[in-house]
Amino acid sequence: MTTFKLNGREVTTKGPDDAPLLWTIRDEIGLTGTKFGCGIAQCGACTVHVDGQAVRSCVTPTGVVAGKAVTTIEGLGGSHPLQKAWVQAQAPQCGYCQSGQIMQAAALLKATPHPTDAEINAAMNGNLCRCMAYVRIKQAIKLAAGPAPQRAAKTGAKA
Amino acid sequence: MTLSRDIARDAALSRRGFLITVTAAGAVFALAPPAEAAEVYAPTIWYAIDKAGVVTVHVIRAEMGQHVGTAIARIVADELEADWSKVKFDHVDSDPKWGLMVTGGSWSVWQSYPLYSQAAAAGRIALVNAGAKLLGVPATKAVARNGAVWAGERSVSYGDIVAKGELAQQCSAEDLAKMPIKKAVDRRLIGKPAQARDIPEKTDGSGIYGLDAKVPGMVYARPKLPPTRYGNRVEIIDDSACKAVPGYIRTKALDDPSGTVPGWVVVYADSFVAADKAVRALKVTWSGADAERKVSEADLQARARALIADKAKGSLAVEDPGVDAAFKAAGSTLEQTYTTGTALHFQLEPVNALAFEKDGIFEIHTGNQWQSLVLPWLAQALGRKEETIVLRSYLLGGGFGRRLNGDYAVAAALASKQIGGQPVKLVLTRADDSRFDSPRSPSVQTVKMAFGEGGRVTAMDHAACAGWPTEAMAPFFMPKGANGVPFDPFAINGANHWYSVGAQRVRAIENDLANKTFRPGWLRSVGPGWTNWAVESFMDEAAEKAGVDPLAFRLRMLDAAGRNAGAAPNSVGGAKRQAAVLQRVAAKAGWGKPLPANIGLGLATTFGQERDMPTWMACAARVRVDPATGAVKVEKLTLVADAGTIVSPDGALAQTQGAALWGLSLALHEGTAFENGQVKDTNLDTYTPLRMADVPALDIEFVRSTEAPVGLGEPATTVVGPAIGNAIYRACGARIRDLPIRPAAVKAAMKV
Repeated sequence: MTTFKLNGREVTTKGPDDAPLLWTIRDEIGLTGTKFGCGIAQCGACTVHVDGQAVRSCVTPTGVVAGKAVTTIEGLGGSHPLQKAWVQAQAPQCGYCQSGQIMQAAALLKATPHPTDAEINAAMNGNLCRCMAYVRIKQAIKLAAGPAPQRAAKTGAKA
Repeated sequence: MTLSRDIARDAALSRRGFLITVTAAGAVFALAPPAEAAEVYAPTIWYAIDKAGVVTVHVIRAEMGQHVGTAIARIVADELEADWSKVKFDHVDSDPKWGLMVTGGSWSVWQSYPLYSQAAAAGRIALVNAGAKLLGVPATKAVARNGAVWAGERSVSYGDIVAKGELAQQCSAEDLAKMPIKKAVDRRLIGKPAQARDIPEKTDGSGIYGLDAKVPGMVYARPKLPPTRYGNRVEIIDDSACKAVPGYIRTKALDDPSGTVPGWVVVYADSFVAADKAVRALKVTWSGADAERKVSEADLQARARALIADKAKGSLAVEDPGVDAAFKAAGSTLEQTYTTGTALHFQLEPVNALAFEKDGIFEIHTGNQWQSLVLPWLAQALGRKEETIVLRSYLLGGGFGRRLNGDYAVAAALASKQIGGQPVKLVLTRADDSRFDSPRSPSVQTVKMAFGEGGRVTAMDHAACAGWPTEAMAPFFMPKGANGVPFDPFAINGANHWYSVGAQRVRAIENDLANKTFRPGWLRSVGPGWTNWAVESFMDEAAEKAGVDPLAFRLRMLDAAGRNAGAAPNSVGGAKRQAAVLQRVAAKAGWGKPLPANIGLGLATTFGQERDMPTWMACAARVRVDPATGAVKVEKLTLVADAGTIVSPDGALAQTQGAALWGLSLALHEGTAFENGQVKDTNLDTYTPLRMADVPALDIEFVRSTEAPVGLGEPATTVVGPAIGNAIYRACGARIRDLPIRPAAVKAAMKV
């Protein structure tokens, strides 16, 4: 039995604490937007936020998130800038990995609002898109981030 | 034209025969039954218009990333002159009225375009007739536009016409097949940008995939898989350790009269987590399959080489007169052997299905690509009539051909049947999915060419040996070769290319050891995944032998002479169109310009999937080879495609981007091998598809065309590998003949 916040609402689970959070969310609580891909934290389809950090829910025991705030794709609200950008860029193909891609990207933009290509690659490389819609996923992240403001360091260097 | 070509064409026509059947089925429903007529107007089974003017298009293809519903709905909306904002679509459940239900072969748009256009034309004509009557003008004075019928400034909407209920237009199957469709110049939606309707639900978690299907009271099941695909008998089941797992219910060996899932044992539990745990605790002993349990990748390749060496083996898919004579008379000849290794589909959603019996109907809720193939298997497995089984459609978390094989649906259905039809959700883990993937078979191919005076090509002989998916799962789809032996057309497509090479022979050989050891699968493109690797690598080698530039060498043979002239409706222009995409890609990529050291540009060109529906494709790959390690970095892929009319430009681009990266991934990044009768890499710790950081620059262009739309789901996949191989050779002199390409092989080949 574990109590935690899921998308802002307090939930208490009945299942075993060692059950992966992925299956607790999907099968016990019934939110199926978070997907099962590899089961070994190598594909990223199961990515959720735990206290704002992107984690792989397929290898996270439910008991570990006791008292913490968990956010799934359903908790992003549907009008998150990344979700809008994903539609604008027509990023998904089969779409199965996209919940995880978006959650991973959301954590990236929170920490790094205007990532470079290299920063995007580094943050997103753990998320497999088997349809290989990578060009558009990257494009959507850039759309959501918007143009980077002029970097103070650059201005400083010129001055 | 040779005998075997006629046979191959007949086989292709018989597939078109399905279309005619489908159209005929439509005719049965041409006159909407009175009860329904009051609510909707359905001139054929393919769509209906309600009183609010909403058009609902019925899509028999699975949605697995191609946005196929949007493409087909726009075909209907364009021809029907519908208001796009009022057009919806659904992905229908299995029903005999739909005819052949399959999503594969890059066929969806190609097959749907004439069928749905003609169905929509029939509806438009009926609406114009009825609308004109309501407006009090002759039909010749009325036009359909944007969901209404217009006479000058006055109009009546489709919804109002349907509400008045005066639409009793009948359309015979013959009339429908002859129904004229709009000229390309009059198209309003086809070829224009549009957002795909399935995308929003794929960004907020609301899209429902097979794995998300649930019904009250269902139990979970995970199979314990036998050591190999075939021939294993369950001897002992010891579930004593399972009983300690909370939620464990029971274990049963599946009793499968259809032979689809021999030796599968299923663990039932009240959650997937418990089923998973219990499978790990379960001990099962199987007997049988002694020989298959020892088979390795090397054994499969050795068997293929032996079969190729025996000229009596195989089917002569192409057999021109004079091949042997041309080789005897040749001034010089070239022979090379190419291989490809085992590859996995690795669609991200592991296969799964939910099955139960309700009111005398067995329902299977799952994502599937070939409902018409699995229904007879299900009927045999369950011992009931097909009419009492229905497959309900869900989004597919990737298809790529894996879900053409519906074995998982059979396992779920049997698991349910064996507990009295109670709902069972059967889910494979990733490793299970990989172990019993229907992988792309390893292949061996030997290609020979004869040269006459002045380096002119006088003959070509191509022998290809691989596991045959169509033999394993759909033998009714196999035509006979010139020697009367059936062959898997999907496993040899590509070898029957559009180059004029004089006398040509294509010998297709089933690797019997492969078909005994595992169930070979149709993996995105199927045969062209290996045939094009051989043909297009060989063309560069042959060009060098002939002392000709590889581009010029190809163009000389893409002369559209004889059988390569093309024919209406699908291959108008023939090899000239292939030559055009090749020339264009060469120009775009800067062919012939000097390049820095260790950088190479390589070309390849293909006709996509089949001679009957060629998608003309060309690729230039720019690679950098590290001379110290042999590591290959693809810097840029330039592709030019001529797929005829492009229905959904953005969808076409997305498919081509994804397919091209698949080609790159299969060439450099992923791959596995058989070991002890099963694939050795079953998860992402060792099976390593392309990731974002390895994506090169992509430059993709489509030829503007109003020719018949063909397919785009697969064609870009198979042109990339040989372009990379040819680029590596031009960068560093290493000729690679084995796919996938590994740095050690490049390094070793550099020394030769």
